[in-house]
Amino acid sequence: MTPIRLVVNGTEHLLEVEGPVSLLSLLRERLGLSGAKNACRQGECGSCTVLLDGEPVCSCLVMATDADGAEIVTVEGLAGPDGSLHPVQRALHDHGAVQCGYCTTGIVMSAVHLLERNPTPTAEEVKEALAGNLCRCTGYGAIVRALAAPERAADGEAP
Amino acid sequence: MLTVRPHSLDEALDALAAHPAATLLAGGTDLMVQVNYQGRRPEVVVALRRVPELQQMDDGFIGAGVTWSRLTSAPWPGLAQAARTVGSPQIRAMGTLGGNLGTASPAGDGLPFLAAVEARLEVASRAGGTRSLPWDEFLIGPKRTSLRPGELILGVHLPGAMPEVQEFAKVGARNAMVISIASACLVRSPDGMVRIALGSVGPTPLRAPRAEAMISAEKRPSPAAVAEFGRLVAEEVRPIDDHRSTAAYRRHAAGVIARRLLERALA
Repeated sequence: MTPIRLVVNGTEHLLEVEGPVSLLSLLRERLGLSGAKNACRQGECGSCTVLLDGEPVCSCLVMATDADGAEIVTVEGLAGPDGSLHPVQRALHDHGAVQCGYCTTGIVMSAVHLLERNPTPTAEEVKEALAGNLCRCTGYGAIVRALAAPERAADGEAP
Repeated sequence: MLTVRPHSLDEALDALAAHPAATLLAGGTDLMVQVNYQGRRPEVVVALRRVPELQQMDDGFIGAGVTWSRLTSAPWPGLAQAARTVGSPQIRAMGTLGGNLGTASPAGDGLPFLAAVEARLEVASRAGGTRSLPWDEFLIGPKRTSLRPGELILGVHLPGAMPEVQEFAKVGARNAMVISIASACLVRSPDGMVRIALGSVGPTPLRAPRAEAMISAEKRPSPAAVAEFGRLVAEEVRPIDDHRSTAAYRRHAAGVIARRLLERALA
């Protein structure tokens, strides 16, 4: 057993971890945070994306014992205390950019990271930032429109 | 499973001396796929991302722990271009140049650059001290390196005089999240010297010495010489058929990207 300390969505957790389990398993099975999804288990699909010390990572590829000391943000950590949606969640909602929803939490996390660094991305920059997030409903058009600056500006939303 | 998390190079070397058969963990983008799919269960893991010495990057040295995200803005265009083609933002945030070397896949995106500029590797162990070796004595086969038990990759040393013009290209099924079918890095010095190294078309990154010699002798390469360069590169690669492509397509693609990179370098 390896003791680890994690801060997840602002809350500190002290955990004992056995074996090479992934951060994704830890979040879902030990902490009950099922927002990050398990699909490919090899970093291809992005549905398990979380922020680790501010960087978007595939949590299925992070060995939980190596996440010791890290600050993790999952989709559960985005909404305000009153349940108000994060601007990225609001934008996807308002543009109908969610179909089955399985990829959505990963896309939200990648988009949060993009917009933190670049509040007014072009459609091309959105596509590059989401290159590691697959949507099998192929809802990319609406997703890019929801996140790219000119499209958001055209809707009268703050960039 | 024991996870050792050294916070300095000294601690890392001590951990490896105590556990010479330990599994080294950098970004985890290769290792965790083996854990998730092949049931790999390491007994001892030495996790390297807290070792500051491996994070260094300066004029002539790139630490093994430098991530692809950082390398996208590296001052070496051939490596920065390659870094931008690695995986996705999520993979680039974790994966490292040292991981590319340790995994030693023939498709490693950073390897053609290292071969084209003739980088040297620095490796170290408690027992053997530090040793430096050329890239082609380190990468000795598909997923095979000459790293010894207890040894750690510290990083790569780049030559003092780097060719100014550096270009990288790769062929794959899409623009992201792709393991290359063929890749190449071409460098050119002001005196006309050209070197090219190719990935995914042989057991290790390969140079194309006949093509290099032919084109380096041309002060102002004609369109015919450029075409001949591509033809020679296609002759010199040693591709195989696998689930990603055929040897014939890889050979063709290698010649095409070689020619295009040379055209870019001459433009």
